[in-house]
Amino acid sequence: MKQYTDFFKSHRQIINQSSHSLLNHHREKAFDSFSEKGFPVCGSEDYQHTDIPKWLEPDFGFYIGHRGTSGNPGKLYPCNVPGLSSYSYFVINGYFYPHEVKKELPQGVFSGSLNSFAENHPELFSKYYNRLAEQKGAGLSAFNTMFVQDGYVLYIPKNIVINDPIQLTDIADTNRDSLINRRILIILESGAEAKLLVCDHAAENESVSASTQVAELFIGENASFDFYELEESSKKNIRLTSNFVRQASSSRVVINNITLDNGITRNNYEIDLDGENAETHLYGLAIVDEKQRVDNFTLINHNTAHCRSNELFKYILDHEAVGAFGGKITVAQGARKTQAYQNNRNLSGSKNCRMFSKPQLIIHADDVKCSHGMTTGQLDETALFYLQSRGIPKSEAVFLLKYAFTNDVIQGVRIDSLKERLKMLIEKRFKGELIRCRGCF
Amino acid sequence: MSENSTDILDELTNKDYEYGFVTDIHTEFIPKGINENVIRLISRKKNEPEWLLDFRLQAYRHWTTLKMPEWAYLNIPPIDYQDIIYYAAPQTRKDSRNLSEEVLNTFDKLGIPLHERRIPSGIAVDAVMDSVSVATTFREPLAEKGIIFCSFGEAVRNHPDLVKKYLGSVVSYRDNFFAALNSAVFSDGSFVYIPKGVRCPMELSTYFRINAMNTGQFERTLIVADDESYVSYLEGCTAPMRDENQLHAAIVEIIVLERAEVKYSTVQNWYPGDSNGKGGIYNFVTKRAWCKGESSKISWTQVETGSAITWKYPSCILSGNRSSGEFYSVAVTNNYQQADTGTKMIHIGKNTKSRIVSKGISAGKSQNSYRGLVKIASEADNARNHSQCDSLLLSDTCGAHTFPYMDIHNDTGIVEHEATTSKISEDQLFYCNQRGIPTEEAIGLIVNGYAKEVLNKLPMEFAVEAQKLLQISLEGSVG
Repeated sequence: MKQYTDFFKSHRQIINQSSHSLLNHHREKAFDSFSEKGFPVCGSEDYQHTDIPKWLEPDFGFYIGHRGTSGNPGKLYPCNVPGLSSYSYFVINGYFYPHEVKKELPQGVFSGSLNSFAENHPELFSKYYNRLAEQKGAGLSAFNTMFVQDGYVLYIPKNIVINDPIQLTDIADTNRDSLINRRILIILESGAEAKLLVCDHAAENESVSASTQVAELFIGENASFDFYELEESSKKNIRLTSNFVRQASSSRVVINNITLDNGITRNNYEIDLDGENAETHLYGLAIVDEKQRVDNFTLINHNTAHCRSNELFKYILDHEAVGAFGGKITVAQGARKTQAYQNNRNLSGSKNCRMFSKPQLIIHADDVKCSHGMTTGQLDETALFYLQSRGIPKSEAVFLLKYAFTNDVIQGVRIDSLKERLKMLIEKRFKGELIRCRGCF
Repeated sequence: MSENSTDILDELTNKDYEYGFVTDIHTEFIPKGINENVIRLISRKKNEPEWLLDFRLQAYRHWTTLKMPEWAYLNIPPIDYQDIIYYAAPQTRKDSRNLSEEVLNTFDKLGIPLHERRIPSGIAVDAVMDSVSVATTFREPLAEKGIIFCSFGEAVRNHPDLVKKYLGSVVSYRDNFFAALNSAVFSDGSFVYIPKGVRCPMELSTYFRINAMNTGQFERTLIVADDESYVSYLEGCTAPMRDENQLHAAIVEIIVLERAEVKYSTVQNWYPGDSNGKGGIYNFVTKRAWCKGESSKISWTQVETGSAITWKYPSCILSGNRSSGEFYSVAVTNNYQQADTGTKMIHIGKNTKSRIVSKGISAGKSQNSYRGLVKIASEADNARNHSQCDSLLLSDTCGAHTFPYMDIHNDTGIVEHEATTSKISEDQLFYCNQRGIPTEEAIGLIVNGYAKEVLNKLPMEFAVEAQKLLQISLEGSVG
């Protein structure tokens, strides 16, 4: 930790020089907060199996003062989904990559870099940037605020509906070990609707990259937002994300986080249902093997009455993989007619893989329906036998059952072409084929 | 909330705690506070051997290095450990035929007759008042079968080898803050040894009573079930109504050897404090069973209705192959009570099984939490666990929380957990009303039905008491 605070103190000017003053404005306070809190300690209640101080101990170089790579990112990193007509954007090493877009978004919508949002919409920026991260985030969010240089902003004014999904391709491509910090800020005013797909990739090179991401999502009244995150990075990647969502009344949010290939991943989701009738669907799928680790931590706060949340996380583990799921649902006093469901299902495929699960309910109101369920086990032997008895070879039967196991999560995706692409990627993943982005073509 | 059920609520929440009386009995105290001299004094008073004093001192020294745990979902006011009397002995002779009138009357009033001829059903009782065991009944008929059932102090004197062998083997003094405190200052408790192949012919029980003021109760229970034996053990407890909080920090250790079975049932009815949250017992207990032998079995059943604060996790270490553990719990909290209770199932042996059924019922302004760990070690092939934790909320100001932890290190294990939280549905009440059942009875019916799965596991003698307790503690709070 000291290496980072020292670096901050000695390189303030460099850190500040390529980002907007409004963004820099938050760094000092974040520095104080980080100096006080530090990285979350492994073994503490919400970080029992995540050792962030240890993972970030190596001397990663900061990716600061650069401007991404040159060229057309669409050609360099061809990540597309067949049949998906999307608005495509790129963030490379934490910097938004400006390029010519093929499709124009409706007028008034902002989709672009954090720095240019600060420049063009200073009031909105000041109103929303770092609001949730500062209030709710742990040391990791403060760390991100200290060093972040750029990121992506999506701002949709009142009642504008964007039907086609927006795709943000997030790429780590450095030729030395680097620590990348990026930011996502989503603001949907009342009645707005959009779908965002974030594909997280790492370039094929030898360097190790660690990334921290802070996403703040403000979803207005009657607004609807779908947030899909697909991680297909490399075994050398460390990904630490903190996602904060604030929902106003009658808003609807779907979050679907899929980890297909990774090194170490920790995803935090904290969702506040602040307005009545708000609804959240939170899905997660992790397919991990070898020495991969995935730790998803979710906190859904039902702060007011008549809200609904539905949570489903599934893990398929093999070899020496480690999976962890921490899910917390809190229901505040007076949050009547709350409905909150939480489910965690895990398949363990080897003697050496480990799964830690901790679904929690903290309820302070009586007129509620809350439940959680968790299972960890193996594929059903009778189902396997049934398939084999019908002439399907064992390996194919295992694949079919695992594939079926992932289906509930994939069904939560509301973009048909993405759903098809995910099915194909999952199939490839189970069959051990190359699933790198370039392989998509 | 209907007017009718509001009336019941008022009536029952204002109901006095039945066992809140104080017995005026001459009691010997030692000075307040804890230090090595106090521990030496307790040990001297109990004529303990040197090895036990060493054990206590080691525990004390370790305790001084520890901090009070803060992870539980409890709001525990600071406890001044120097303001507690660690030893209080009512002056009475240790012989049930010659007990002082006050002691006999006290236990009679609690419904625990200490005269063997007056006990209708076969339950042997070890009655512990404050820091000493005042009587143990049916010792002779049990001794004929080779069963040892006596106070802990007697066991140390008469069966030192057994005590030395098993004391601290399941709950080490290093285990946690309260285990260390208890190991340092424990005063009395019960000791049970069931020899090989013996099925204990009657229920054994310990009744704990706190009587003296400003004291804490720190008892220790040690049960050893040798190969192919069986015992059903009951535990009950009450305390007087006082405005001050009193501390109860106990340890229960159970060793279950090959093909043996132990059934341990608790009806915990310590004084819960008044309706404003004043007074009540702090119940910080470490209970653990070690299924050491193959095919051994432990079953915990608890009905928790009392205590201002409960911190209790009866656990099972399933290290014998094919061993099994069960945990059935009903925890009721009302007014300002707080409970953080649950279990730990540690699967180490192969083909081990465990089952958890926990029913939480919260009313008033209370907080009721289930906290449980299911751990499948990497060598525990084919382990199986099912946990079910339900919470019933009876007021809009109470809290019901669930904190399960599942650590799975083996791919052949199957672990399932499910939990629900809800209130009594209007539909169910309406259905009962519509069939001519008044709201009061309907509520009783639904709550009893909700807890039935656990109450059914209690021995007959306790089931009746537990059902009555449930009615007193919560029926009226249903809204």
